[in-house]
Amino acid sequence: MGEIERRATSALEEQQRVWEYSTAPESTEIVRLQDRYGLFLGGRFVEPKSGRYFVTINPATEEPLAEVAEAGEEDVDLAARTAREAWEEHWRDLPGKERAKYLYRIARALQERSREFAVLETMNNGKPIKESRDVDVPLAAAHFFYYAGWADKLEYAFPGRIPRPLGVAAQITPWNFPLLMCAWKLAPALATGNTAILKPASTTPLTALLLAEVIEQAELPPGVVNVIPGPGGRTGGWLAAHADIAKIAFTGSTEIGKVLRRNVAGTGKRLTLELGGKAANIVFEDAALDQAIEGIINGIFFNQGEVCCAGSRLFVQESVFEPLVDKLKARLDTLRVGDPLDKNTDVGAINSRDQLDKIEELVQSGIEEGAEIYQPECSLPERGFWFRPTLFTNVAQSHRIAREEIFGPVLSILTFRTPQEAVEKANNTEYGLSAGIWTEKGSRILWMADRMKAGVIWANTFNRFDPASPFGGYKESGFGREGGRHGLEPYLDLDGGNGA
Amino acid sequence: MSKAAEIERNAPGLALHAPREASRLVARVASVDAVGLEERAASLGRRSIKRGSKLWALDLAIRAMDLTTLEGVDTTGRVVSLCAKAVRPDPTDPTIPPVAAVCVYPQLVPVALGQVEGTTVKVASVAGSFPAGLGPLEARLAEIRTVVEQGAHEVDIVLNRSLFLGGRYAACFEELAAAREAAGDAHMKVILEVGELGSYDRIRQASVLAMAAGADFIKTSTGKIGSSATLPAALCMMEAARDFFRETGRRVGIKVAGGIRASKQAVQYLVLVYETLGPEWMTPERFRIGASSLLNDVLMQINKERTGRYQGPDYFTID
Repeated sequence: MGEIERRATSALEEQQRVWEYSTAPESTEIVRLQDRYGLFLGGRFVEPKSGRYFVTINPATEEPLAEVAEAGEEDVDLAARTAREAWEEHWRDLPGKERAKYLYRIARALQERSREFAVLETMNNGKPIKESRDVDVPLAAAHFFYYAGWADKLEYAFPGRIPRPLGVAAQITPWNFPLLMCAWKLAPALATGNTAILKPASTTPLTALLLAEVIEQAELPPGVVNVIPGPGGRTGGWLAAHADIAKIAFTGSTEIGKVLRRNVAGTGKRLTLELGGKAANIVFEDAALDQAIEGIINGIFFNQGEVCCAGSRLFVQESVFEPLVDKLKARLDTLRVGDPLDKNTDVGAINSRDQLDKIEELVQSGIEEGAEIYQPECSLPERGFWFRPTLFTNVAQSHRIAREEIFGPVLSILTFRTPQEAVEKANNTEYGLSAGIWTEKGSRILWMADRMKAGVIWANTFNRFDPASPFGGYKESGFGREGGRHGLEPYLDLDGGNGA
Repeated sequence: MSKAAEIERNAPGLALHAPREASRLVARVASVDAVGLEERAASLGRRSIKRGSKLWALDLAIRAMDLTTLEGVDTTGRVVSLCAKAVRPDPTDPTIPPVAAVCVYPQLVPVALGQVEGTTVKVASVAGSFPAGLGPLEARLAEIRTVVEQGAHEVDIVLNRSLFLGGRYAACFEELAAAREAAGDAHMKVILEVGELGSYDRIRQASVLAMAAGADFIKTSTGKIGSSATLPAALCMMEAARDFFRETGRRVGIKVAGGIRASKQAVQYLVLVYETLGPEWMTPERFRIGASSLLNDVLMQINKERTGRYQGPDYFTID
């Protein structure tokens, strides 16, 4: 069994004796949490017919934040019928430019209330405030702006076809980017003339409910957007099965994606799935090394590694392995792990006890299967769910930590000798969502990109998103694209009613 | 003396890197990805440094400052005045430390020395046909020797960009090595003039060349051309110094100069040094800021941190 390589004191702690950054907490005053949130249905907040509420917590402190309504089967039925009526009476026949105005309104409100959204997202998810402030919220607003622009130009998106909306879209979103995933789902659905029922993840419903407030503020016709929190297995299941649903969009685990696919077969419902990944981040010896280090760090520690497109398998060209790993370990030692609300925090809390358990189990398997673990010895808060940034060397393709998605701040490092070998090993997975290539040689970037089976390939960068750029995977990472012109297609009938 | 200590104390450069190796040395230098570098610099520049940690940084910013005047109209009176400010930046506050050094033209070195005698403030002189660096080589070396003989503690020279950008690395290295010798025991800073080099790759190459030739410090700019120090350029130099330390055991200092007028910028550079090079560089021995008007802004910020209020500019002497 391997031993965890520890240092007597971490570099960070030694540093802090010289210059300790004072705490820089973002104030939570801007968030006015309610004790209890209802369902957002038919344009207003209502009590659930189920009568049930669940508690949602702050994973960094384990403190309860609020009680949230749990949508039961009756609530789901009501939501579906309401969304269907709203579609038929208030939304389907609205001219595109009118739909655009609502989307612009939502985008503007998101910008105006951006600090509120960022703080709430950090409180409910555990991600560092600098990420929710600088990435999640701006990108969410950008998606609404972008799709607002398409709402009145759909006939140009698909020349020669007459695009028609599908009806009611059931949208099931994950807990890793709660608000952003709502934006990715709602913006194209509304732009194309569909109505929507959003079922946010059960550990992170709050920003979806705040978004519902914005939608109420924007005076969207009632029932066009509905937000019904609840556990995936029940609320999500009833929703996906409902007869009034024309289309399902799901982002989450491959396991559930498969369940949905099976259940949807034969129903005539359209489906898109954005599932897991085990992205290869490939560094050649001629890469700009110091910047590649930043890219690797960003690839696996951004959002605590709880990212479907995380660069979780690092492939290093063997000739540059030692200097790269030395630099990587030194860089890991400088990561600031702690209070997500502190503006200087780099790595926040893991979203839930369940997820933490999964990470711990897989990391243990790595040790048992013979990989060599490295973790900086930074101190972690007493309460909350935390995992230190971790890297494994001596990893083989057959190790569980190289095959299974960990969804945490754990990097598996493998080596390769030639570009061919890198491509082969990178593609040797059932996933195919994203990949990174680090080299100063342009021709090599093109050669690799041509051969890699990944929906998104980043060259000399990582985790770059833009609403104009389609995002989605190959193989068991799912199908369908979100973003760009491609992102409109899943929400439209282009075949004159024959589409399946 | 241990090997490492020996290298640390007085390595005039790597014995390996004789002039004919200079081209190979330059070719070996790692590439720099501009997008990634700029992102990292911007991200570090967004650190939130407040309260106690801000006061600590501002205090170091003063202790690491090279108070500079490099104008054709620098009279004795001007330099006397500058030195007074250098030694006692705030006459009403004894807790404010003196700056690291004053930086002047060769003709004013004796004046400056007279003024700072008995204090901890050093005298740095530019030398070597500053700022273009293209006078006859012998004259440049003689200028360095002269200021050192007069007692200047530190010499700031410029990289010969004409040779460097012309690809004449051996000649460029030779000049730097000759300057190193001419400077003797004085502390030598090599100004790369990052605004003229054209790319971060070149900045990194120039950094390596200067460090290999024995520079004690590498410095961003002369302050005499339009462009000045930038966070990414400084970060590039710091990354080069980090690798140089790993390879040779010698810690080369970083000086940022040109366009640094606000405390906020000074703190950003300090964060860059801290998170790239570590605590061993957080000292005037290894980090300097070349500036003039910055000092009063730092004093104002310290005052504000301590009292909660901004004092008007009339309460801070202009020297």
